[in-house]
Order: sequence, then C-alpha cells, then structure tokens
Amino acid sequence: MDLSTTYMGLKLKNPLVPSSSPLMAKLDSVRAMEDAGAAAVVLHSLFEEQIRHEQNELDHYLSRNAESYQEAMTYFPDLGHYKLGPDEYLEHIRKVKAAVKIPVIASLNGVTTGGWIEYAKKMEAAGADALELNVYFIATDVAETGAKVEERYLDILKAVKKTVKIPVAMKLGPFFSSIPNMAVRLQEAGVAGLVLFNRFYQPDIDLEAREVVPNVILSNSSSSRLPMRWIAILFGKVKCSLGASSGIHTFEDAIKLLMVGADITMMTSALMKHGVWHLASVREAMGAWLEKHEYQSVAELKGSLSQRSCAEPAVFERANYMKALASLG
Amino acid sequence: MQAKKVTIDGNEAAAHVAYRVSEVIAIYPITPSSNMGEWADAWAADGQKNVWGTVPAVVEMQSEGGAAGAIHGAVTTGALCATFTASQGLLLMIPNMFKIAGELTPCCLHVSARAVATHALSIFGDHSDVMATRGTGFALLASNSVQEAMDMALVAHAATLESRVPFLHFFDGFRTSHEVLKIDSLDDDVIRKMINMDAVSAHRARALSPDHPTIKGTAQNPDVFFQARETVNPWYQKGPAAVQATMDKLGELCGRHYRLFEYVGAADAERVIVMMGSGAEAAHEAVDYLTKKGEKVGLVKVRLYRPFSVADFVHALPKSVKSIAVLDRTKEPGALGEPLYLDVVTALNESLAAGAGPFKQMPRVVGGRYGLASKEFRPAMVKGVFDELKADKPKNHFVVGIVDDVTRNDIAEDLHFDAESPKVFRGLFYGLGSDGTVGANKNSIKIIGEETDNHAQGYFVYDSKKAGTITVSHLRFGPDPIRSTYLVNRANFIACHQWTFLERYDMLEPAVKGAVFLLNSPYAKDEIWDQLPIEVQQQIIDKDIKLWTIDAPVVAQKTGMGRRINTIMQTCFFAISNILPKDEAIQRIKDAAKKTYGARGDEVVKKNWAAIDLTLAHLHQVKVPAKATSTVKRPPVVAKEAPEFVQKVTAEIIKGKGDKLPVSVFPADGTFPLATTQWEKRNIALEIPVWDPEICIQCGKCVLVCPHASIRQKVFEPALLKNAPPTFKAVDFKGKEYDGWKYTLQTAPEDCTGCGLCVDYCPVKSKTEARLKAINMTPQLPLRETERKNYAFFLGLPEADRKTAKVDTIKGSQFLQPLFEYSGACEGCGETPYVKLVSQLFGDRALVANATGCSSIYGANLPTTPWAVNKDGRGPAWSNSLFEDNAEFGLGFRLTCDKFKEQAEELVRKLEAKVGGELVKSLVGATQKSEADIYEQRQRVEALKGKLKGDKSPEAQLLLPIADYLVKKSVWIIGGDGWAYDIGYGGLDHVIASGRDVNLLVLDTEVYSNTGGQMSKATPRGAVAKFAAAGKPLAKKDLALLAMSYGSVYVARVAMGANDAHTIKSFLEAEAFPGPSIIIAYSHCIAHGINMTNGMQQQKAAVTSGYWPLMRYNPELQGTEAPMKLDSKPPKGPLSEYVYNETRYKMLTKADPERAKMLLDQAQEDVNARFKMYEQLQTLSFTGKR
Repeated sequence: MDLSTTYMGLKLKNPLVPSSSPLMAKLDSVRAMEDAGAAAVVLHSLFEEQIRHEQNELDHYLSRNAESYQEAMTYFPDLGHYKLGPDEYLEHIRKVKAAVKIPVIASLNGVTTGGWIEYAKKMEAAGADALELNVYFIATDVAETGAKVEERYLDILKAVKKTVKIPVAMKLGPFFSSIPNMAVRLQEAGVAGLVLFNRFYQPDIDLEAREVVPNVILSNSSSSRLPMRWIAILFGKVKCSLGASSGIHTFEDAIKLLMVGADITMMTSALMKHGVWHLASVREAMGAWLEKHEYQSVAELKGSLSQRSCAEPAVFERANYMKALASLG
Repeated sequence: MQAKKVTIDGNEAAAHVAYRVSEVIAIYPITPSSNMGEWADAWAADGQKNVWGTVPAVVEMQSEGGAAGAIHGAVTTGALCATFTASQGLLLMIPNMFKIAGELTPCCLHVSARAVATHALSIFGDHSDVMATRGTGFALLASNSVQEAMDMALVAHAATLESRVPFLHFFDGFRTSHEVLKIDSLDDDVIRKMINMDAVSAHRARALSPDHPTIKGTAQNPDVFFQARETVNPWYQKGPAAVQATMDKLGELCGRHYRLFEYVGAADAERVIVMMGSGAEAAHEAVDYLTKKGEKVGLVKVRLYRPFSVADFVHALPKSVKSIAVLDRTKEPGALGEPLYLDVVTALNESLAAGAGPFKQMPRVVGGRYGLASKEFRPAMVKGVFDELKADKPKNHFVVGIVDDVTRNDIAEDLHFDAESPKVFRGLFYGLGSDGTVGANKNSIKIIGEETDNHAQGYFVYDSKKAGTITVSHLRFGPDPIRSTYLVNRANFIACHQWTFLERYDMLEPAVKGAVFLLNSPYAKDEIWDQLPIEVQQQIIDKDIKLWTIDAPVVAQKTGMGRRINTIMQTCFFAISNILPKDEAIQRIKDAAKKTYGARGDEVVKKNWAAIDLTLAHLHQVKVPAKATSTVKRPPVVAKEAPEFVQKVTAEIIKGKGDKLPVSVFPADGTFPLATTQWEKRNIALEIPVWDPEICIQCGKCVLVCPHASIRQKVFEPALLKNAPPTFKAVDFKGKEYDGWKYTLQTAPEDCTGCGLCVDYCPVKSKTEARLKAINMTPQLPLRETERKNYAFFLGLPEADRKTAKVDTIKGSQFLQPLFEYSGACEGCGETPYVKLVSQLFGDRALVANATGCSSIYGANLPTTPWAVNKDGRGPAWSNSLFEDNAEFGLGFRLTCDKFKEQAEELVRKLEAKVGGELVKSLVGATQKSEADIYEQRQRVEALKGKLKGDKSPEAQLLLPIADYLVKKSVWIIGGDGWAYDIGYGGLDHVIASGRDVNLLVLDTEVYSNTGGQMSKATPRGAVAKFAAAGKPLAKKDLALLAMSYGSVYVARVAMGANDAHTIKSFLEAEAFPGPSIIIAYSHCIAHGINMTNGMQQQKAAVTSGYWPLMRYNPELQGTEAPMKLDSKPPKGPLSEYVYNETRYKMLTKADPERAKMLLDQAQEDVNARFKMYEQLQTLSFTGKR
C-alpha cells in the first residue's frame, strides 16, 4: 500500500503529521512520533510575544532597582548569557534535526511584521525543512476592516518569504469572509501550503472567581467538519498543498480529510489524549481500510470527494444547511 | 607594551588583582566592599583563572569572623588567600588578624574603609575601621585612588610574601570603592612577574601539613610568651624596605612609581599636610594649584602606615618645613590625638632626638579630623588648613569640613577657592533610581574614557531610601589626570531627569555662569518657562544658563522603553556637550547599549537603539526670557506644623543641605526624635488607591497588607462628620461591634508609594465591572490636594479604643493605630506589613531590637524615622546594635524589663502600708493578658504614682522611675534571614534557649536583601542569588524545625498573603507565650524578581505549592495535645507553578536549563518530603510521660 504523499514539495511516507503543540518541546516525544510513524513534524510555535516579552521581562527584573540604592548596585548576579526563547528554540530545531530523519517544520506565531520575522531565517539556518506561519490574530479594533486584516496576513507572508528559501505554509483561522479568495491571494504571495484550520482557543469564565481564564479544550472528531468543508471547496482551486488540522482523531477522520483533498492530516488532541503511539494504530488502520476498499494509494484517494469530484457539490454549500436542518425533523 | 585602559571602580580594581593572585577567597557581604566579593564569585562562576591557571576557590561564609577564620586556616595550610571587608566586618576579623600576624603568615585583606558604628551606623567611608586594627600586626597599606587600589593591591600581595607580614590594603569606602575612573590595568604578565615564586614556595614549605607536620597555636605561660612575642620584630623592621622594593619593582614593570611616603609640592615648602586615603588626592590638587601660585606648601601622602618607617617618613619631608598639619579620617575620643598625628609627632621627636632628621628644629605639628563617614573633603578645606598653618598659634585637634559650634575647634574652608582646572568638564545628573540614569552615566564615562584621549571620572550618590529613589551622578572629564576626589560643586552641565525634582532640590546652585541645564519635561518647549518655579527661573537668568529640554517619556513610550529614559538622556548629553562627533557618539551609545543589554536579547537592544535614534528630534533649546515671571513657587520642605527639630534639622537634611548643619543642633548620644516620616511628604506615587464605599465589605485586608501604613481605616461616631471636607467619604459600619457608627477607609496620598499591593489583595469585585475592586488605583496628581485635606481630617478622628477592639481578627486589629508608618522601604515591600502589625498589636508597650539590614535601614535611616508614637506619647522603643548581636541585644532589653518588674514588685510590697494592700495585690498579681487588662494595670500604676507623689522615702524614689515596668512589656527582636540564619544564628540559638520571654520575628526574604541579594542559608535550592550564581545546590535550612527541637520555644511559620488570619493568630500567640517565641515570616522581595504588586499572591503560591508550609508549635500544648499544628494543606500542583513566577528561579532555566531542571526536581522532592515529615510531626505528642 502506497501511503506516501507530497506536502509543499516534501516527499512524505504517509499523510500523518503531528501538528504544532507543546508535545514537540520534548526531544523524546518527537523521537517517539517518528517511531510511531509520523511522516513529518511541525514543531511547537515560537511566539512573537515570547521573543519580545521574555527578553523584556528578564531585562526588567534584572535592571529593576539596580544602581539606585547605596548598598545594592544590583539584586541579581549577571549570569552573562541567557538562552532566551528564540535561542532555545533554534537549538531545539538543531537537536530535533539531529535526532530524527523525517522532515521538521518549524512554526512561527505572531501578528505583526516586526523584528520577530527575522527568526524565520534563523530557523531555516538551524535546519528547518519548512516553515509554518501561524497568524493568530483576533481583530478587536472597530476601525480595522476585514481587508486590512487580510493585508496583515499577506504582509507577514511576504516579509517571511523574502528572507527564506524553504517552503512556507500558513495556518489560517476559519474567520475570513471569503476563504477561497484569501487562499488564492496567499498562493499568489508565495505560500506553499495552507493549513486549515487553526483552532483559536476560546477563553472561559471562572464563575466563582469572576475571572476570564484560559481553558484549553481538546478537539473531537466533529471538529474536523470545518476543515473538511473548506478543503473540499479549495481542492483544485488552489495549487498549493493543503494540510488538514482540527478534529482528526481516528483513521476514519483522516481518510475523510484525504478524500476531500488534504495532502496531509494533522493531529494533536488525539496524541495528547491517547499518547504518541496512537499514530501507529491510525496508520495501520488507514492502510487496512484502503486495502479493504481496494485503493492502491493515498494519491488515488486524495480529493475523491472534494466539491469538484463529489456527486452533489452543493452539499458543501448553503444547500447543505437546509438539508441538515430538515434532517433534524 | 601600552597598558590596557579600563574605566572601572576601586572595588573592581582591587578585586581584579586579589582574584588573580589567590587560590582561596572567603567572602561575606558588607557595604561598601560587597562588590569585591561579588566580582570574585562571578569570575569564579564564569571559570576565569588566576595567573597560575586555576580558578580560585571562592566561598561565602556566615560572617566576616567566619571568613577570617577560613582564611586563617587556608593560609596556615599554605594557600594564597584574600578576603574583602569593611567596618563592622573588619572588627569581626580582628581576633584572627592577631593570630595570622602573630604566626607571620602571608595573607591579604582588601578593605573599602568605612566608618565604624558608634552613635549611629554609617555605611560611608573613613578610617575608623582600619585604625581599630592597628594593634593586630597587619601591615596597613593605603590607596588614594582607583589606580592605586589596583597597584597597591598587587604591592600588598607581593610584599606579604616577601615580608611574611600579612597586609591590610585599604582605600576609602564609596569615594574610591565606588568611583569609576579611567586607569591602566595590570595585565597577568606584570602580576606574575611581581610575585616571587621562591617566597610562594617558602610559604608552602612552612605550611601545616601531615607530610611534614608542625604544631601551631600552642598555649604559652608567663615564662616564655613575652620573649616568643618579640621574635617577630625583625620582620617588622625589614617590612618597609620590602614594600619599597616591591613598589620599585612595580615601577619598573609598569612605569608608575610609588614611595612609602610620597611628597608633592614645593621643594622649599614651609607648610606641609600629612594624610592618607582619597583626601590626599584633593589635597594634591590644591597643592599643585597653590605651588603654581608661588605658595610654599607641600603634602606627604602616607602609603605604608604600618609598619611605620620613621626614617622614610622624615626624609620625605622638605628640610624647609616649619609647620605640619596631620589629617586623620577617624576619631578617637579621649585620645591625645588621632593615630596618624600621634605617630607623626613621635616620629619627628624620635628622629630629632637621634639627630637623624633632615632638620634641626622640631616643626610645629597640629592634628585634625576630616571626612568622617564620607564627609566631603575639598581643596577649599585644604586651603583652609594651609591658611591656619600660617597662624602664630594654629588650632590643634581641629576639625575641617564641618561647623563645630560646640567645641569651636573648626577650620573654615575658603569658599572662593577653586583648584580644579577650567579644562575639566563637570556634570551633574539628577535621576530617579528606576530610570537607569546611573547605568547610562557609567556607560558615558566608559565611552569617554575608552573612546577619547580624555581622562574621565564618575561618582554616584545614591539614596538611603529604597522607593522613589533619587540618584545624582557626578561626571568629570578632561585632558589631564583627575584627582578631584570630591563631588562636583561647580557644574557646567546639569541634567534633571525628573520634573518633580525642581520642587524639591536646588539643582542649579552649583551651576557656573553659562552652564547648560538639560531638563526632562512633560511640557512643550514653549510652555516650559511658565511651569518652572520662580526660584529656578531667576537662577537661569542670573547665571546665564542655557536651557535645553526633552520630553523623554514620550520618546520612551514610543519606543517601548517604559520608565527607563536613561539612554535618551544620555544621547541628549552627548548631543549638547559635543564630546564626540554626533554620528560617532550615537554609534558609541548604541554599542554601549548592546554591550549592557545584549545578553538579555536583541529586542532589548533594539528598543534602546530606537530610543537613541528618536531622541534628537525631541531635543530643543528653550529661549530664556529676560525676566522671572513664574507663579509657581517651591513649596516648603516640611509643613509649618512640624516640630522645631524637624524644621531646624530634619528639613535641612531633606533639602540636601545637611552638610551645612552645625554640631550644636545634633543630640550628643545618637538619640533622635521618633515619628518624623510624617513630615517628609515624598509624593512618589503616580497612582493611589481610591475607595469605593458602595462595594467595600470593610474587611481591613488592604490596611493589613499596606507596607507603608498609607491606607487606614477608622470607625467613629456620626457626629464627628460635621466638619469633614466635602469629598471625605464615610459609610455606616457593617457589623455589631460599632453599631450605629461610621466607617471610613482613607489613603495617605503623599505617603503612598503606589505599589498597588492593597488593590491586588482586595477580595471584592464590582458586580457591574469585574475589573474594579473596592479600592482602585487612580492618578495621584489630580487627587493630591483634596485627599491631603481628607487625610488630615482622617488623622484627626479618634483612634480605636484598644480595650474593645477585636484584635484577634483582621478587621479588628486593623483599627489599631500603626506605629510604624511611611518607611523608606521598597514599593510593595513584603517585610514591612509584618513590622507594622507588631507596631499595631503591641506597639504601645514594645521594645524593638533590630538587626542591621533592610529593616534597620527603612526603620531608621535619616532624615526621618517611621517608628511613631500614639496620642499618649507611647510607642515602640527601637534600637539597632549590630548585625550579629541582635538576639543578644534584645535579650538584654528583656533582662532589664524583668529585673525592673521584679524590683518594682519588691518595692511595691515594701511600700504596702502607703500604697494599700488591695492595690499592691492587684498590681503584683495582674495577669495582663488582654488589652483591657493592660489598660487596667496602667490605671493602677497611675494610682500608685499618685500615692507616691512627694514621697521622699528611698523605696519610693527607687520605685517611681521603674513603676511603668509593672505594665507588661513586649520585647521584639526583628531582623532578616542573613541575621537569623547566618551571622546571628549562634546568638539566636542561645537566646531562644534562654527561656526568657522574647519574640523573634525573622523577616525571611531568603537572601541578604539590603546588600543586594547575596545567598544566605535561607536561600532555597535552585534559586539564583549572588554567591550562588549557578543556583543554590542545597536546600534551605529549616529554622523552624531547629527551634522546635528545644520543645520550649513557640515557633510559627507564617505567610501573610497566604493566610492573614493565621499570621495574626501566630503573632498573638507568640507574644502571649511566656517564653521565647520565633516567627518566621515569608517576605516577598524585589530580590525575588517578581511584580511586587502581586507579592501577596506569590506568598499564597508559596504555601499552596507546599514550599512554605504554615505551622505553629506551642509548647504550652505539650501533654494535652500535639504541640505542633500544620496549618496549610498538602502541596497542590507542581512547585514549578510557584517558583517560575520568580526571576531568581527562572533565570537559571535560561542560563543553564538542565541544571535548573535537576534542581527543580530536587526541590520538589524537598517539598514533598518535608510536608510528609510535618504531617507526622503534628501527630506526635512530644511528651516524655510513659
């Protein structure tokens, strides 16, 4: 069974790619992913805030009250050298590259075209095979138009593309007025792959404390419906690679996403729930299913139920909504 | 080869050499020498090697006594050693110094000389510490400048090996230790050549070793001790020659030639000054100036003071000398004169008697004191002394530099005398501690020193307060070497980095005609003039001052610099002063920023660079009108209601005019008035808490945690509101205790530091807008006037009745008047809420013994004192003895109280006939357990006094002065962990074992906070501290467990932010326990690297994580129930959730992640294991009964 696929020009032995998550911060777990059959890995993100704030925070506390009181010129020894977020991250890329044979995709997460962009180049130099840009932008300014927000994505992509030669993917959120239009414009700006979608973690409220609190909820299979629709719509309309992300837990989920046109299927929640070794069982089951259904390869499967190829293209559109409601009866 | 130029301070200069020629270095922090130890430790942590290719072993000890002991052991066993200290620390080394010298063992101490505490502590420079070691047999070698601090350090290390006499090398604390100067560095090659390796081998050969054993430290009897003591004489006789030879060798190697006694001045001088230390440089400057004018004056700089070479001294003097003034930087009350003076007189007499001197007639010799505790010593004072020497009968035993209107033995300085070269640039920079001014100025000095041919000097005057601090940088540079070892007093450039200073300080007084004044202003250049106080306007006009302005906060805001305006102001300085071409200057400032901040990441560098680039567009010269027209006037320094002493003395000190106060205004014995912080309105808060009475639940928590007693609550009868200011807020009291009364919560707007701890700790949230609490931070300036009036009204409302207040609750206890207020502690200090609580609960009958450290500094550093009194004139009686003896000092208080009480009771009984049996019985038998009991006993004592009034019997005369001791006194022994865990632990241990009723409060910040965060035995595993740069590898000492081991000591471990009720309960129980009590109080600290606003949250995290288990051990429970109570829950969540909120832990994850992880894992084990052990302990009955 030929499970291989191509993503942003990278030849992958299968379409199973663990997506960017804190699991990637540990070298051992990346190794385990490779052993479990991962075709590539997307490392955890280096955040723009991390680059900026970590440095500023360290500087703030090391400088605070220094040189101001007669008995204490400083309050900390100067350790001289610090492996701050970016350095640590770059070192991690080098370590991961040395430890595994599969392609390693670095992830850069930010919302401006500020100085942090230059880390793209450093990631490339550290050995990353490709780059995933995660623009985690929540518009809160009433004066900022949708067009401006879209410009922001394009500007960041262009800025990064200028500095690196490795392929660059962009991980998008689902909240664009026209995802196909956005996808095409990103493609024109040089994107090599689109990852659909970024699950924006929604804050929660602690009722007793009356505080807004972060509350990460892992996805479940139903979350994969969103990327399923949009990959189905985009397949054939864009030339760049399509990565499916959100809600892929089982081999069934993965196969469905491949059917609508994904080049790779990405996982995090399932691995956090079941452990890294879950990958192996998904891969095995995927192979078995393909065999059972007499598919020769993943390539054959890919896009077979995309909007372009399916029997009823309208199911991915508004008509589907009417049907869905009717089915509730 | 040309020597490398470096721009460093005296401490670094001395430490550079000491480190490179030592194998073992023992250290202990003490101002102003701490930095030498810090350098040594940092270099060792960085793996830097000495000149023989090995990294010296650097070890921190528990005290200077410990450091001296360790050094004694190390030199005895043949190592090459150094230590660093000053003042009290040097005194603690004296016993070992006698031993080391008595055993003729090569050894070096480097001392940044500092005043010894007498009537007061002073951290500043003079020779009283060094002079106290004269009898030890150590050679005493003085350095007068930063260059000499490096050179003489090497001479000392080389000469001690040559001579076998141990050396104390000293230079003036702060003036030299902290002065930054461009000097020639000594490279390893020169250092290596200076050390005689044969002498090193001989030292090794003499060492104690089981391979060729000897015995030292015998005990000797009257028959031989004396003779054996005299055996060392030849080494002392040869000592000076050995030192001169060493100096000559240094001269050959590096071109700087030194003499044991260095003469400068006219060859035919008739008037000569003899002195040593940094003042000699100012004198040198004066002598150069005067001799150029044709005056026959000269100066002998004493370098090697011990062993004193009479021959070298007298031959250093010109034959023509007629009169000599010997200046000592120390005071020996009751002596014939100060030490150098006496030695000079003796030397001259002896050489005249022996016919060995260069002159036939004894010159007239007078002695005087100058410069105690870094008192300024300027050429104008030198001129004053030379002028005095012209008199027929010049004053002897004089003082110079102060006005002594009591003894009238002062010599006035010549105020018009200016010996400084006009080629010297002299700048003054007034900055806020938090804005980074000093750091930037140090960089400027380095840039000028290292990038131009100029000589450059920087000296920095810091604040004695810890919050809202002001710094003044004194910068000089010019084409010639700079000997001006005094503050800039004639400035041609003055920069004010903070607008509010205009109201508080007369910054333009030292400005020369045509000077530049650079002002950081919130006003546009066209608006500035009208906003200046009229006094400032007039000075600008009169002195033809060029006014420049910059809106630095705007530039800082735009570039993400926050409050740090340092590089912005630095750029302005370079732009206006034209020291370097503009582009080059900017490049150098950028390079300096990169060097300073580069290790902390590119972002930090970039924002500094952005600020530098944006600055010049915001820098403007202001056109100065011809007339002063401002309606703004400088406000009075203290309110007109302030008492006379505050008006006359305190206000002058606050203004920065303390130098001008004469001797007569000061108390003769160090006794100062209390409660004076209330007059020093510092207005340092940008925002203050404002009360929302509608949602407040009146819990009193904000009042409890306020570190500065700047938010207070009261209850009062509604009728008292009649004269309240219109904006004064009060609502009905919620609760039964004061039913029908009004409740108010009021901020002291001008005393609040704006830390926000109260708001963070407030448990209430607005129902309609969750971000709002019952108090909310609000900009201070618009509220200042109204809230000032409200606070004055508030203070006038009656204080709570102590008899009825529910002192065992948060709310009730917080109605008690704080008798510790508005201290100079850091914003958000974690210690002061505990100290304040003691003052509230027990203040009106408390004696406080306070160990040296943060709490003694914010507790009693002039100008003002935060310990206060109540309306009856009662309040905590406070004193600081030393760092190491605090427990013993406090025990002494207890012994007096107990003795007086016992004696008073004996006398009362004797006077029963007069006093009456009932009163005697109640006076002697009073339990005094509650505030009401205390009140009643006070009433009885008053009745007793009334009955004894006019009684002339010996018993009554003895009783009356001590009758008040019949009222229970509460003795508190307060200090930090440096005292309790390290230097004072022996005494603490003895005192808690004494059985006496004392209460020890350990303010545990887990480092030596006051001296800048050095490791103590309270420092936890994994935390980074100075002397533990790689993260402390061992766990914190469990002081509570050690104290519990006696079984007779009340022990509590508290953290106010985690459980405030537990804290109050523990304090009350500790005080009530009739034996020794110790409370170990978690005190968050700036040295932890946290947001101080969230300090109480962090205390909670410490407890929740299990790191800081709350507990009490009450011996009174023994036999009935388990005396130990574990008062907090088992660890919840990983330790990392607590520790990684703090820079002290987190920085190790950035510097050495693997080690950080290892130490975290071990620390987590510590937490788990200790909690388990405590759980078991709390089930044990600790009873010996079978």
